[in-house]
Amino acid sequence: MINLDQKIYGYRRDNNRVGIRNYVVILPVDDISNAACEAVSNNIKGTIALPHPYGRLQFGEDLDLHFRTMIGTGANPNVAAVVVIGIEPDWTQKIVDGIAETGKPVQGFSIEKKGDIQTIADASKAAYDMVHYASGLQREACDISEIWVSTKCGESDTTSGFGANPTVGNAFDKLYEKQSTLLFGETSEITGGEHLVKARCANDAVADQFMFMFNRYQDMIERWKTDDLSDSQPTKGNIEGGLTTIEEKALGNIQKIGKKCMVDGVLDKAEMPTSKGLWFMDSSSAAAEMVTLCAASGYVAHLFPTGQGNIIGNPILPVIKVCANPRTVRTMSEHVDVDVTALLKRDINMDQAGDMLLESLIHTSNGRMTAAEILGHQEFVLTRLYESA
Amino acid sequence: MIQFIVHDEDDSVGVVTVEGLKANDTLKGWIMDQDVLIDIKINQDIPIGHKLAIKDLNEDDTVIKYGVDIGRTISKIAVGDHLHVHNVKTKRW
Repeated sequence: MINLDQKIYGYRRDNNRVGIRNYVVILPVDDISNAACEAVSNNIKGTIALPHPYGRLQFGEDLDLHFRTMIGTGANPNVAAVVVIGIEPDWTQKIVDGIAETGKPVQGFSIEKKGDIQTIADASKAAYDMVHYASGLQREACDISEIWVSTKCGESDTTSGFGANPTVGNAFDKLYEKQSTLLFGETSEITGGEHLVKARCANDAVADQFMFMFNRYQDMIERWKTDDLSDSQPTKGNIEGGLTTIEEKALGNIQKIGKKCMVDGVLDKAEMPTSKGLWFMDSSSAAAEMVTLCAASGYVAHLFPTGQGNIIGNPILPVIKVCANPRTVRTMSEHVDVDVTALLKRDINMDQAGDMLLESLIHTSNGRMTAAEILGHQEFVLTRLYESA
Repeated sequence: MIQFIVHDEDDSVGVVTVEGLKANDTLKGWIMDQDVLIDIKINQDIPIGHKLAIKDLNEDDTVIKYGVDIGRTISKIAVGDHLHVHNVKTKRW
């Protein structure tokens, strides 16, 4: 039985949140500032640029989500310091101010009236100082409950439902007992099992919020669909792996919330939890979008079960892959952190599988790199709600 | 050796967990929730991860897995048949 009272060595930030990585991020406000961010990142070793395709002419709730995602990414405890670069000063400053609330070093630069070259020079100087600062920070002893853990599965198949997903569920049950802050989501992939999640909500108010989010997503699908989604949900990979319907996929998906934890609260996309417990976040079921939202919500470690072999990573949120499919483990072993194929042979039980995953979580938290980190997977994908104005 | 797994004895389906199974093979299955073993002969080749019927189903029957509705049959399905997108569809969307 794994000892969850052992200390984790993480980076304690000024706001008392704990990170397990120590990035200096060069964050573009908008698409046209990517080039400057990548140039700064090229100049100053030990920084990471997060290029993305959006941030211009967005409005309303979609713009709110953009700001939440940018600020949340910079505020994430896996990030030590941030340089923000945007074309215009106002939106740049708004993101700087949001990140500054954490107390970490953050500086903004806008390109208009200066051009790329001068901006890159100025921002590089700031980034230089931040790398000095960040590289001098030391890991310190923390409780495992201070490591916020999110989950989302991908390229699922039937072995996900038997093996990898309930392994996460077992780990979540054990972390929940330690009063961890946990998260799941993937709203469309609860279709067919929504009554089961609703029944797990801690009280009627949470159940109502969950059903509001669930129905809002169903309405979106009903509005845009041109068929029964059988070309998208389940995906071709899911179907190749033996999953037949969205209902079957959903029932496998919700194995990730275990048997004991209750759903304590509901978040909109990229919102931050306000207390401990298990949170549901309304989110896309596309892996990179969902994991990017988890990072923006402040999560610092991610458990990712896969069946057919989703290879996703994230630039600031370590993604730990767990797999129960023997063919995937044989053909794609470099992408798998935790092999639980023994579950399907009855060689280990779910409790042992959950402990194997928790052991990997502890190693990862203490600094060991995940498969996705070693392979350079840094998918940073923003969720959009509708067209730009 | 376990060749397919069933979540619950009331389910209509089991899932093949090994590679290379051929029509007319008799498979050893494990029903997880009740922790019992069963044997079923399959009627077609079934790839790893795919489902076999462990109960006879009529057209427009509900398919049960995890003890829950996962969709409807669009043709008759016999015990040991490969059960997938060609004979089962979602009830949603």
